[in-house]
Amino acid sequence: MAIRKTVASVVAAAALLGTSTVSYAATEISWWHAMGGALGDAVNEMATAYNASQDACVITPSYKGGYEDTLTAGIAAFRAGEQPNVIQVFDAGAATIIGAKGAVIPAQTILQEAGVEFDINDYIEGVRNFYADSDGTMIGMPFNSSTPILYTNEEALQKAGVEAPKTWEEFQEIAPKLKEAGYVPLAQSHLPWIFTENFKSRHNLQFATNNNGYDGATGTQLIFGEPIKAHFTAVKEWLDNDLFAWYGTGWSDNQTPFNEGKVAMWLGSSGSFAGIQQTVEFPFSATFLPYWDAVEGAGTGTFIGGAALFAMSGKPDEENKCVASFFEYLSSPEVQYTWHRDTGYVPITNAAYELAKEDGHYERFPAAEVGIQQLTLPGGEWTKGYRMGFYVQIRDVMNREYGRILTGETDVETAFATIEEEGNRLLERFAKTIEN
Amino acid sequence: MKKVQFTSLSMPYLLLFPQLAIVGIFFLWPAAEAVRSSFYLEDPFGFGSTFVGFDNFVDTVTSSDYGRTARFTAVFTFFVTFLSLAIALLLAVKADKVLRGASTYKTLLMWVYAVAPPVAGLIGLLLFDQHVGPIVDFVALFGWQMQIGVNYYDTATAMIIVSVWKQIPINFIFFLSGLQGISKSVQEAASIDCRSGFRRFWTVTFPLLAPTGFFLLIINITYAFFDTFGIVDVIVKAEPGNNPVTLVYKVFLDGFRGNDLGGSSAQSVILMILVFILTIVQFRLIERRVHYT
Repeated sequence: MAIRKTVASVVAAAALLGTSTVSYAATEISWWHAMGGALGDAVNEMATAYNASQDACVITPSYKGGYEDTLTAGIAAFRAGEQPNVIQVFDAGAATIIGAKGAVIPAQTILQEAGVEFDINDYIEGVRNFYADSDGTMIGMPFNSSTPILYTNEEALQKAGVEAPKTWEEFQEIAPKLKEAGYVPLAQSHLPWIFTENFKSRHNLQFATNNNGYDGATGTQLIFGEPIKAHFTAVKEWLDNDLFAWYGTGWSDNQTPFNEGKVAMWLGSSGSFAGIQQTVEFPFSATFLPYWDAVEGAGTGTFIGGAALFAMSGKPDEENKCVASFFEYLSSPEVQYTWHRDTGYVPITNAAYELAKEDGHYERFPAAEVGIQQLTLPGGEWTKGYRMGFYVQIRDVMNREYGRILTGETDVETAFATIEEEGNRLLERFAKTIEN
Repeated sequence: MKKVQFTSLSMPYLLLFPQLAIVGIFFLWPAAEAVRSSFYLEDPFGFGSTFVGFDNFVDTVTSSDYGRTARFTAVFTFFVTFLSLAIALLLAVKADKVLRGASTYKTLLMWVYAVAPPVAGLIGLLLFDQHVGPIVDFVALFGWQMQIGVNYYDTATAMIIVSVWKQIPINFIFFLSGLQGISKSVQEAASIDCRSGFRRFWTVTFPLLAPTGFFLLIINITYAFFDTFGIVDVIVKAEPGNNPVTLVYKVFLDGFRGNDLGGSSAQSVILMILVFILTIVQFRLIERRVHYT
């Protein structure tokens, strides 16, 4: 009896060993990401589908917390020589990882070395340059790309008898009517992203010296002109006249009143689409981020937000090949379309956009197309993107000073002077860390 | 009395070794590392660092925000320490006099101690939420439009309330055992001499509680300074904006969120010096007036 048991367990162990050797034949690569909740499920589905699509590579995604946490975890791992193959880094952290020469292998290089055909023009206009260097080499593979758009509560607009505004001038005309109809006309969820970075892009205004920071960190300085100051002066006036509401720096604190039907129009991410669709009980639509008609040359496209995937260096060639194969899979039209449809993030290639159109996705959900349409608007000199180090802290400074403007603790001039001074000091410090 | 002595000289050191190793590895080494990196500007990925002398310290101290954060930390520490000690003392004195169902009262007052700071912060966040928080609805009845995350002072109030709530139980436990340690004969003698319970408390009980109080004072200041991190993080939702934060939280923000290792290290060195001074002051000035029985 006892002998039979032993024999059985030995056989079982051998069988287990056998199966595990088989799976070890595939090269394993790791992917650290910051997508929680429903987005995390979509990431896991994508990884499972990729693993099932071929036998050579197995990718294992792991959730590392928010964007900042993921980047910090990646940095700590890199310093310890334990970095993942692929890491998701968000827009504001791009300069940190790209600036550290040697931390990553450009996505374009890794694809080309693996013999995958790569043409940057396959990628849609607004996505193409954001994670590229000044020579146009794509360093990060755009992954979850979004852009700020204006969501509208159609019921509210109808009640007030108004149309969604294209410009801020139009907004100023219709806002009092929305207020009369019993709504808070406008809210937004990210002042640095929507009212600063994309304000610059939408009005084709320079954001920083050194070609918006792309030409190098040394000497890069923030530029704030009259238009943005005038914008914040107007925003403060709207706030004082109950035409605009601000519920703090938290994203969802500002989105909740829109979802509840108290706020008529909300500026959020094109990636918020799927979530809104599941939550709200009123008919909603979306339109482009408004701009000031009075600013000359305004009406250009916006930047992408969200994050990109970076291939970290210091890994064996066979693993890099797998990363390339995953990037190729990820950017294929079918995978991009599925990702776009399930999450609301924009498709990153023209082919995927075409596929979504062909499939009739935008006939079913016209609002789902707004983000990508806005990204493909004609660009200008300053709509490629920006590249600034310690940008997470610069955003923190902006959030602090904007909050102080809106709560009346400071005025627009002083706030921008502070942002400029502290922001430039951070940029100067960042330049010292990478150029020595 | 016979003196017990170690036979070999290495034995006491061997016995001390584990403790010294822990202090060395988990305190001295990181502290030395922080001091070193506070003089450098380092690329987060560790490709290179530049010696910048005192630049990090100068940048830190001259930033407009640092002074504001330091002032808030001082005010925050004062209120949290004072309120959590005062309320806990009051509760302990009252609970000490309860005869019937005493253990139920005590358990009810103590359980909060088991709540982890981030969880306490989360509970606070729900209670104070600007859209659904019941406390916000309640204070609105009195005309206070409380908006956590928008108004600096409202956020500060919520942080202080949650931090005090979280700290009362441990103070309560210590004060209660302190009260029970005061001998009955002293108290009885006092009640013969003086009829006023209030005066008896301040002239007899309170001085006898002083050692416990002094110990708790240090513990509470340390708590308000360092351990409220989780509460602050949850209440500002990791996006401080124009909300108040404590100095320790700022070290985290700049170091871990912003990847500015040099600046963050400089801030923690400043904190280290501050705590060092504070400890000396406490032991030199306050402890002299405490009588141990």
